[in-house]
Amino acid sequence: MSLQLEIVTPEKKIFSDTVSDVYLPGVDGEMGILELHAALVTALAPGELRYLKDGTVHELAIGSGFAEVTQEKVSVLTDSAFGDDDIDEAAEEKAVARAENKLVEVTGKDAEEAAYLQDVIATSQARLLLKRKRR
Amino acid sequence: MANLRDIRRRIKSVKNTAQITRAMQLVAAAKMKKAQDQALAGRQYADQLNQVLVNLKENVDEESHPLLERREGEKTLTLIISTDKGLCGGLNTNLLKLVRTEETEETTYATVGKKLRIQIEKTGNENIADFVIQDPVPFSEARPIAKFLTEQFLEGNYDKIKVCFTNFVSTLTQEPYCSQLLPIQADKLAEKRAYEGVGKDEVKDTDHAAALSKDYEFEPSPEVVLDTLLPQYLNFQIYQMILESRASEHSARMVSMKAATDNANNMIDDLTLDYNKLRQAAITSELLEITTAMKAME
Repeated sequence: MSLQLEIVTPEKKIFSDTVSDVYLPGVDGEMGILELHAALVTALAPGELRYLKDGTVHELAIGSGFAEVTQEKVSVLTDSAFGDDDIDEAAEEKAVARAENKLVEVTGKDAEEAAYLQDVIATSQARLLLKRKRR
Repeated sequence: MANLRDIRRRIKSVKNTAQITRAMQLVAAAKMKKAQDQALAGRQYADQLNQVLVNLKENVDEESHPLLERREGEKTLTLIISTDKGLCGGLNTNLLKLVRTEETEETTYATVGKKLRIQIEKTGNENIADFVIQDPVPFSEARPIAKFLTEQFLEGNYDKIKVCFTNFVSTLTQEPYCSQLLPIQADKLAEKRAYEGVGKDEVKDTDHAAALSKDYEFEPSPEVVLDTLLPQYLNFQIYQMILESRASEHSARMVSMKAATDNANNMIDDLTLDYNKLRQAAITSELLEITTAMKAME
C-alpha cells in the first residue's frame, strides 16, 4: 500500500511522503482517498486534513484550495497548512474576531470581500478546532 | 597635483564610502538569499496549479468564464512592479524602457514600488493605483492587487491587463518582462512561463502527456472548480511576479554594491600610491633644501 501525498502552499512545500490513506475536507464534505482512487480534481474547503502513516493519524489544518488525485498520488494545493504545533491559539482567536468585525462592515456592500472574510474565518476556526481537540 | 592634506582627506572619504557600500552589499546578499529561496519555492506550486488548470480546460467551455473572455478593445491597464529603493544598477531603467516600448495611446498604469511610480507620474501618464508591499512578501498582500485588477477588468474599464516586472534568471542576470494577466489565455496555460524558471525564449510545455491521458472527475463540478481556481491562479501569478521582482532587486543591488566596493578599493590604492609619491617628493626636496643650506653655510 503506498500513496504519495504532497501538500504545497505558495510559500513552500509543506509535506511530501508516502502515506496509507488521506482524508480531505472537500467543499461538499469530507472524502477519504485510498490507493488506486480514480483520477479526481476537487475543490477544498478550510478544514482538517488527516493522513494515516505507519498506523498513526496526523492532522493538519488547511485553508481553501484544491486537490488533484491520481491512482498513486494526492497533490494538495492550499493557501496554508498548519500542524498542531504551529497554531497560535490566541492569534487565531484575534484573527477571527477581527475578520468578523470587518465582515459586519462589508456585508451587503462587497460580496467578494465578504466571501474572502468568511474564508479567513473558516480557516482560523479550522485551526482552532484542531488545536482544541488535541487537549 | 593636489597637496598631501587634500589626498589624505580624499582617501578618508573614499574609505567611508567603501564601508557603506560593503555594508549594503552584505545586507543585500542576506536578503537576496531569502528572496531567491522564496521565489524558487513558489515554482513548485505553479507547476501543480498549471497541471490542474490544463486538465480542467479540457473539461469546460473555455469561453464561458468572464475572466477568459477576449475583447476587441485595446484599452490596457499595465501594472508595473519596480523597487522602492534605488542603488540597484539598471534594474528600473531597463524595466522602464520595456514599459515604454509596450506603451500605446490607451495605456493606463498602476504601480508597485516607488521608483517607477515617480517616473510614471513625472511624465504625465495616468497612474490609477499604487500598492506598497512589505519585504519579505506575504502571500496575503498579493490578493488586494489581484482583486483590484480583476475588478477593473470585469467592470469593463479596461480590455486587457498586463503586468511588467523583472524576471529573475540568476544572480547576475535579470530581465524585464511584460505578460498579459487578463483575459487569461487558456491556450497558453500549459506553457511554462518565463517567471517559472525558464528563460524568455525557451517556453516549453509542462509535462502533461501522462496527466492528459487520464480521465479526471471533478468534485463538485468542473465549473465550480474553475470558478474558485481562476481567482486563486491570479493571486498566485501576482505573488510570484512580485517575488521574482524582489529576488531580482536584491541580486542586482548586491552585484552593483559589490562593484562599487571594488571601485572604491581600487581608488584607495591609487590615491595611496599618489600620496606616498608626494610624501617621498616632499622628503627629497626637504633633504635637498637642508643640504643646500649646509653648503651655503660653509
